[in-house]
Amino acid sequence: MSSENSVEYMSDVMTKFTSYIGKRLPKDVKQKQADLRKKEKNPMAIEIYDTMAENQEAADKLDRPSCQDTGVIQYFLTVGAKFPLIGELEDILRTATLEATKKGPLRHNAVETFDEKNTGTNTGSKIPWLDWDIVPNDDTATIEVYMAGGGCTLPGHAKVLMPGQGYEGVADFVFDVITSRGINACPPLLVGVGVSTSVETAARLSKKAILRPVDTSNPNANAALMEQLLEEGLNEVGIGPQGLTGDNTVMGVNIESSARHPSTIGVAVSTGCWAHRRGTIKFNSDLSYEIISHEDVTL
Amino acid sequence: MKKILTTPISDEALADLNVGDIVYLTGHLVTCRDVAHRRLIELKQKLPVDVRGGAIFHAGPIVREKDDGSFEMVSIGPTTSMRMEKFERQFIAETGVKMIIGKGGMGEETAAGCLENKAVHAVFPGGCAVVAATKVEAIEAAEWRDLGMPETLWVNRVKEFGPLIISIDTKGNNIFEQNKKTFNERKGAILERIHEQVKFIK
Repeated sequence: MSSENSVEYMSDVMTKFTSYIGKRLPKDVKQKQADLRKKEKNPMAIEIYDTMAENQEAADKLDRPSCQDTGVIQYFLTVGAKFPLIGELEDILRTATLEATKKGPLRHNAVETFDEKNTGTNTGSKIPWLDWDIVPNDDTATIEVYMAGGGCTLPGHAKVLMPGQGYEGVADFVFDVITSRGINACPPLLVGVGVSTSVETAARLSKKAILRPVDTSNPNANAALMEQLLEEGLNEVGIGPQGLTGDNTVMGVNIESSARHPSTIGVAVSTGCWAHRRGTIKFNSDLSYEIISHEDVTL
Repeated sequence: MKKILTTPISDEALADLNVGDIVYLTGHLVTCRDVAHRRLIELKQKLPVDVRGGAIFHAGPIVREKDDGSFEMVSIGPTTSMRMEKFERQFIAETGVKMIIGKGGMGEETAAGCLENKAVHAVFPGGCAVVAATKVEAIEAAEWRDLGMPETLWVNRVKEFGPLIISIDTKGNNIFEQNKKTFNERKGAILERIHEQVKFIK
């Protein structure tokens, strides 16, 4: 493929994939919701779970975005330094966003700040948002597409604790965010927690945490224990689907962490709503690709 | 049996409803969210649609404009109602709207507005935007289009739109405020237990 053709090809695949993930949930999220529905005993919560399932079926059948808020488009990239189109990726993903907006269609969700005008294209200054991790000596590109809806973005919160507050303070912070702001963010939520050194590092990790599949655990034993304790504890609060009470609150709690300054504990929470629209696609250097997040996809 | 409300909604139709009841709506449903509320209340602009006795929907849909200039509703779910809390009490008083549909709870001010003007707030399950779109029979008008697709006032003709879960009733009861109290009561004991197990700093 000539380099012009390969840019066009990859743009086309990413357009279709971006559009696709607005219509169908990833396999881990679907599975988790079916499990929560099975465990639920509260009649109003059951009615809501059933409406959710009916909605996903209708979205699939009618080929429409399952939620009207298709979010600000964010791409989280893990790219090998030797991936042939590394320099073209920004343009490719901008094109993909523009085209998916027409093809999806996606709602127009890019408002230029200070000018306060909706661009009508889902593109704007630094939007689509790109987050980069570069891998040395690798020639593949793994791209996570995430549709950051307004409702599940609103609870986002970060602060820096004093070490005296400890991990007890981290637990308090997570509970405060979920029981106050999380209720309105379309539970059952996927809760991402970043435990790190400052607000911006914790915030970024909290977002990376909700890109991890629902049923995975942090490799550190203490962090995994904390994930489990927070998940069980939040479920015991019984916020239920849509915050209208039920036997569960969350799809899961994922923690991502880094080392920290001895004087600080940066902590942040990001939430994914039940309609957690993320997708993972991995390109090889010859642009053959594999879709990791969804099953039986034809783009 | 399904309880169906029809616009214009009478006070009598709402009087017996309690929080937690499930109803459906037939008639007209107008999308109205952040900037439309601000324009009416802060900028004193007249709402271009008369919603007296009617219903508004906190929602910003995906709409497809067809070649003949008509519109197709693609996807329309509720948005977070709490964002409109700042304006809603006055909005209800000025417009005479009877039903506010959205997602999540609203606060004391809206509950007071519902009590004063015999209106209700109801929740349509968030994220269920295609189910909702299939209950829209037609988009009859679009006002304030300068606000862009999400903020335009889309006038929808709907049939048995729901399920709508009453979250604030005409007596001013607020299911989310009641639930919040329960959640906060439960929280303390759970956190105490967690604290004992996360003392990683030694």
